[in-house]
Amino acid sequence: MPFLLNTPDDVRAMLEAIGVGSLDELFAMVPRELRLARELAIPPALTELELTSHLEALARQNVSAKEKACFLGGGSYDHFVPAVVDAIAGRGEFYTSYTPYQAEASQGNLQAFFEYQTLIARLTGMDVANASLYDGATAAAEAVLMSMSATGRRRHVVAAASVHPEYRQTLAAYLKNLGTELTTLATPDGILAPQQLATAVRDDTACVLVQHPNFFGCLENVEKLVHVAHDKGAMFVVVVDPISLGLLKRPGDYDADIVVAEGQSLGNPMSFGGPYLGIMACRERMVRRMPGRIAGQTVDRRGRRCWVLTLQTREQHIRREKATSNICTNQGLLALRALVYLAAAGPQGLREVAELCLRKAHYARTRLAAAGRRLALRFDRPAFKEFVVRSSDASVDDLLAEALDAGFFAGIPLSQWYPELDDCFLVAVTEKRSRAEIDGLATALNRIPRQVTAAHA
Amino acid sequence: MRNTRATQPLFELSKPGRRAMRMPAADVPDVPLAELLPESALAATPPELPELAEPDVVRHFTNLSTQNMSVDTHFYPLGSCTMKHNPKRNERLASLPGLLDLHPYQPQETLQGMLALLFELQELLGEIAGLPAVSLQPAAGAHGELASLLIAAAYFRDVDGKRTKVLAPDSAHGTNPASAAVAGFEPVTVKSTPQGFVDLVDLGAKLDNRAAVFMITNPNTLGMYDPNIKRIAEMVHAAGGLIYLDGANMNAILGISRPGDFGADMMHFNCHKTFSGPHGSGGPGAGPIAVSARLAPYLPTPLVERAGGGFRLGYDRPRSIGRVRSFFGNVGILVRAYCYIRTHGPDGLRRVSEHAVLNANYLLSRVKHIFPVPQGDRCMHEFVASAARLKTDKDISAMDIAKRLLDYGFHAPTVYFPPIVREALMIEPTETESKETLDAFAETLFRVTEEPADLLHEAPHTTPVSRPDEVRAARQPVMVWPRESSPDDGAGG
Repeated sequence: MPFLLNTPDDVRAMLEAIGVGSLDELFAMVPRELRLARELAIPPALTELELTSHLEALARQNVSAKEKACFLGGGSYDHFVPAVVDAIAGRGEFYTSYTPYQAEASQGNLQAFFEYQTLIARLTGMDVANASLYDGATAAAEAVLMSMSATGRRRHVVAAASVHPEYRQTLAAYLKNLGTELTTLATPDGILAPQQLATAVRDDTACVLVQHPNFFGCLENVEKLVHVAHDKGAMFVVVVDPISLGLLKRPGDYDADIVVAEGQSLGNPMSFGGPYLGIMACRERMVRRMPGRIAGQTVDRRGRRCWVLTLQTREQHIRREKATSNICTNQGLLALRALVYLAAAGPQGLREVAELCLRKAHYARTRLAAAGRRLALRFDRPAFKEFVVRSSDASVDDLLAEALDAGFFAGIPLSQWYPELDDCFLVAVTEKRSRAEIDGLATALNRIPRQVTAAHA
Repeated sequence: MRNTRATQPLFELSKPGRRAMRMPAADVPDVPLAELLPESALAATPPELPELAEPDVVRHFTNLSTQNMSVDTHFYPLGSCTMKHNPKRNERLASLPGLLDLHPYQPQETLQGMLALLFELQELLGEIAGLPAVSLQPAAGAHGELASLLIAAAYFRDVDGKRTKVLAPDSAHGTNPASAAVAGFEPVTVKSTPQGFVDLVDLGAKLDNRAAVFMITNPNTLGMYDPNIKRIAEMVHAAGGLIYLDGANMNAILGISRPGDFGADMMHFNCHKTFSGPHGSGGPGAGPIAVSARLAPYLPTPLVERAGGGFRLGYDRPRSIGRVRSFFGNVGILVRAYCYIRTHGPDGLRRVSEHAVLNANYLLSRVKHIFPVPQGDRCMHEFVASAARLKTDKDISAMDIAKRLLDYGFHAPTVYFPPIVREALMIEPTETESKETLDAFAETLFRVTEEPADLLHEAPHTTPVSRPDEVRAARQPVMVWPRESSPDDGAGG
């Protein structure tokens, strides 16, 4: 056994010290009839060499985003990760430590959380941030629950259909047993119309959930939407793309109440959808209703500056059922990666990444829509790094299959969430995509359609 | 060697003009920004981030890391958290580009290796649980609890109507009642006996036709296998309720006793504990859940299914609770769990639990001469000692002992949990520690109890800081670096 240290002599000595005759006897408190009388029916052990071959074989059965030009987005993005992020996050003192219950033995983690909170608060223009939640979807759901608690309105919330469909599904699952009504407002023009929101927000609406840039990549009319929400005393909860904040107005500037985001873009690998990083920031007045770990600055008994977990009376290990949330872990390692990424990027680096995404996405929009008559932009609106393309003739599945053959993960079909967009797909362009790749994608997508059966014959 | 210059907060290290990351010039036509985005959408100033060169960043964070205790560097007997060795092979294998650089919305034919791995993991966890259906989606144990309670709610909406209460013992993790509340149930506390087991009389009194779920941790938070578990399950089932097994303590019973066999209808695994996913300074975890056949239709969507000769993500599940997060789950941690299980096999997993229990009992046999262990002479993978007598006799608290242990190079046990033991020290050595380490720890514990109370009240003495003022942190919270000037107390180390 590679990870056990007890030798047969140790085992004998230890059993003797305990006063039992065998390992089996240690389990005397487990009733005999509840013990498994056979071995687990799982495959036999593999050595490290065998395991490595096995995992490499499994990995070879996948086609990674390193092998195709990846234009997939929808909440998970192929951004560049500087080596310094891996170098720091690979230190065992970070990744094999745990929640800093003993502050004196965890100042590295606590200070990193504090710095992460600071950078997230600065980036979003909010007062405070927590030390992270599971992912963007659960952060959005937690933000809605937080708005219900802060406003005392538990009956109704509103979300735009242009919010990530999986975030809305997560929210719906969270609300299902609470009896809270979730109104989803259609966004046929690609964004939520303020007049439409005005008709849906009620005096008992806890919050309005909007994504900006939204799931289709379009910029929402956030300033007007905030006014509509606030006019009825509802909170404005916004889901943002942290990379976009290298360029776009900060949510604090347009008076958002709670900001959440998927932090994967900040130095974290795509990893087939997780683990990811739920970012949450809010106004200071609401911090005692915020879920999740928070690091706070204080002084030690000798007056030295230091950091601790603070406001723990919000949390389940103190308050049990009265806690603001059931959350127990944060995504510490991913928060650390985001922190190192932001520290390495700095104001200019983050702005450069955002500008490259914007410019390349804009170029791709122009190329894809102009190269032939087959494709058009579904929503011709200001967008950041994603956009929706409509196919006028071939089916989306056929188009994407052809593009895959030509070396591209070209986009995400939207019919699974938006039946009315069954002729559309979502394209994302990060700073990693080259002009040649974009041109190649435009060419591949505008090729004369073949019969799919013929293509594989 | 400490370097306190490098560990100044980032904004103190920042100097205008420095940078560690530079992007290439755009290779697409240069269009003025104003033509791409409306002026009103743009920020007036660049983001407010520190300006640092790569050597600044590396030295800062490397020095910060050295201010942590970790499993790689120290014995970390933090009860309930299963701080076992994190195999290095798992880190390397989870980072293979063919596993790491996968987008969640890639076409499924390009994901067959990943789906095969995840399908097999569903099967492996189902076998270990003794429950047939598994969802890998929940992001952590508490998230698995929430998902399971949402499943219970959906199930009872279908079959029963009005079950609104979730019961949990007073020894339960705080997540249990908190999850019940978040899921929209009324949490109800069931008493424990003085031995830490579920009080059957109190349970019976609280099991009515509004009781949906009884959440139980077995082995429990005292590290004891509840001898009445079968009876408890029968009582709950007879009342029409479901048993939820908090799987935090699965490290004690792998291949030895299966939750499905002792009556659980649903459970979660903590992959970062039992299956050695690194704890990552607080996460990420992964909290897959396993449920009985009748609850399987309610599991979150999607599940990995067999399809033809391959695998697919199955979305056609009309009674599902939907989803509890985006995408598929904390796949990176699930891959590590898969590696761990395949490294051990059936015999190896059983030996993991045997040695976890051996180490805990051995340490108990040595510690019980120093501290009373109210639960008695035996435990499973962890035990809870009480410093209550020391507190009375010498004014030395569990916290004092925890802090002093840091000076001797040991991470502290979990303290003041479970709440049913006064001055609790919850000690979980795990199987990846040697007898020598356990001996040294026990000797140190003894030595600490012999030290003057004054020395302990001010411990630790060798760490970068000592006894942070938590009251001040909560009363005058400083949660971000102040904008203007440094705070008045910022003397630094």
